Amino acid sequence: MSAANPQSAGRGTSPRGRAEIPDDADPKAIKAIKLRHPYRIVFAVLLVLTFVLFIIDAAQRPAYDWPTVGQYVFDRRITQAAFNTLLLTVYAMVIAIVLGVLLAVMRLSPNPVVKSVAWFYLWVFRGTPVYVQLVFWGLIAVIYQTIDIGIPFTEPWYSFSTQATLSTFVLAVIGLSLNEAAYMAEIVRAGLLSVDRGQEEAATALGMSWSQTMRRVILPQSMRVIIPPTGNEVISMLKTTSLVTAIPFGGELYTRSRDISAETFNPIPLLIVASIWYLFFTSILMVGQYFLEKRFSRGIGDRRPDKNSGAPAPTGTLSIAGVSQPTVLHATGDTGHGSGRRQKR
Amino acid sequence: MTDSTSTRASSASGSAVPMVFADGVSKSFGSNTVLKSISLEVQRGEVMCLVGPSGSGKSTFLRLINHLEVLSAGRLSVDGDLVGYRESNGKLYELQPKEAARQRRDIGMVFQKFNLFPHMTALQNVSEAPLRVKGEPRARVEERARALLDRVGLADRADYYPAHLSGGQQQRVAIARALAMEPKLMLFDEPTSALDPELVGEVLDVMKGLASDGMTMIVVTHEMGFAREVADSLVFMDGGVVVESGDPRELLGNPKHERTRAFLSKVL
Repeated sequence: MSAANPQSAGRGTSPRGRAEIPDDADPKAIKAIKLRHPYRIVFAVLLVLTFVLFIIDAAQRPAYDWPTVGQYVFDRRITQAAFNTLLLTVYAMVIAIVLGVLLAVMRLSPNPVVKSVAWFYLWVFRGTPVYVQLVFWGLIAVIYQTIDIGIPFTEPWYSFSTQATLSTFVLAVIGLSLNEAAYMAEIVRAGLLSVDRGQEEAATALGMSWSQTMRRVILPQSMRVIIPPTGNEVISMLKTTSLVTAIPFGGELYTRSRDISAETFNPIPLLIVASIWYLFFTSILMVGQYFLEKRFSRGIGDRRPDKNSGAPAPTGTLSIAGVSQPTVLHATGDTGHGSGRRQKR
Repeated sequence: MTDSTSTRASSASGSAVPMVFADGVSKSFGSNTVLKSISLEVQRGEVMCLVGPSGSGKSTFLRLINHLEVLSAGRLSVDGDLVGYRESNGKLYELQPKEAARQRRDIGMVFQKFNLFPHMTALQNVSEAPLRVKGEPRARVEERARALLDRVGLADRADYYPAHLSGGQQQRVAIARALAMEPKLMLFDEPTSALDPELVGEVLDVMKGLASDGMTMIVVTHEMGFAREVADSLVFMDGGVVVESGDPRELLGNPKHERTRAFLSKVL
């Protein structure tokens, strides 16, 4: 098949060898009757019908009590609780991610002492239910009335009362983040291990220290693997905040809506109100995750080199778990051979 | 090409200390001995090629020089300094990681699989170590990085990510990256083995240029043509020992040892 026009030679629409094409003509695009999928349409129609029926039914069902939902969804107490839930999630996750990275790096450290500390932390915080941990944090003031800073068995330099210093909100953040850090540590560790060993060797050979190698070379590359499960954890955390009632911190969304429904004797509409807010936050988080993944797929996947360097202008696909996936190359005028780097060890 | 490497190599050529001095160097992984008592010297400005069948210990020897692997026995020094150890009062002390990293700065290494940092552009790859390790000002580093990319023929590829470069281009960026630290010794670990045949030449050309500028180089390779043309000395290794060494043209043309002959008959 001698293609007169090289631009159309590689198009996937060209028929291959089958149709008879005159040598001097461009290969013609296929004109075929599309394969029909009648059952798809049937199923779709059935599903839509069922859904519409459910909606019509739900709209009329008195137990849902939609007017009450409308009344409470922007109620000051609810919006404040929703904000608290968001705040708890953000604080707990930020601390958990920082601590998780630290623990993961510690677990991979050549230092056996540091390694054991990280292992022990994981053993304790991953091995007990988060609810139990939260109850413990709630009782911290009973267990330790004061926290003293100083040399043991001597007069403390500074001493403060646990009850007075640590509010239930702070305890909730501590409880959630310390538990989450154990899970984040494993996610980060998986990400670090996904980076080719050659990267560490190359950085070491250039004279970079271990911490420089981690910060500049290994961690940025592992982000691609770390971000998707971390997005999961953030969303999971948003919902886990409902457990801090165990502390007891009552200012978050779920507990607040239960409190209100305890006054109105009408629990169902308030559960819907809480769900609406949870879904709203989750949707925002998903959008954020999408952009983060794009940012950290730099240099990987379908992306044109940016001429003006600096801020990259990513285009195209993002690769989620594609550690060893083949790279899509752009025609840059060269014989493309970029995927050799990604050959498996 | 006027580059710092050539001036330094010539100014230092009067010194008597060899660039690399190995005496009875051995390495074993557990009970598996990969190197048995290797003794050799590489002089300043010398290009030495290490050849031999796979598994003969060539790469391991190279990695020992850069302290990426730890020596099991023997002595190994680069430019008069023991690799990975400090000696005082007849005792050897392991170096702090910081001191070991300082030793590696002066030794450039090029890998078979390039190992470019995929999240950085070619320019960032070349600039990274001078910026972070030596702490040089960015303007100066980038100027030099661009000059180095120009030297390997990739001035127009400075802002490309490795994934958008061909294998040969990636390896040339990797060479530029190693040169950015202004090393006194360059180690090449099968630099062309992962390349398509038509891309081998461009990498070898860059290496030839380096050699003619007076860079001290140790090259593990299967490119006998390169060894014949560029190398000052050739070492044939098999089973973890040096079987034969000497002038490359003589050794390739008239191998004395049976094992050398058997190997060369397969690769030539």
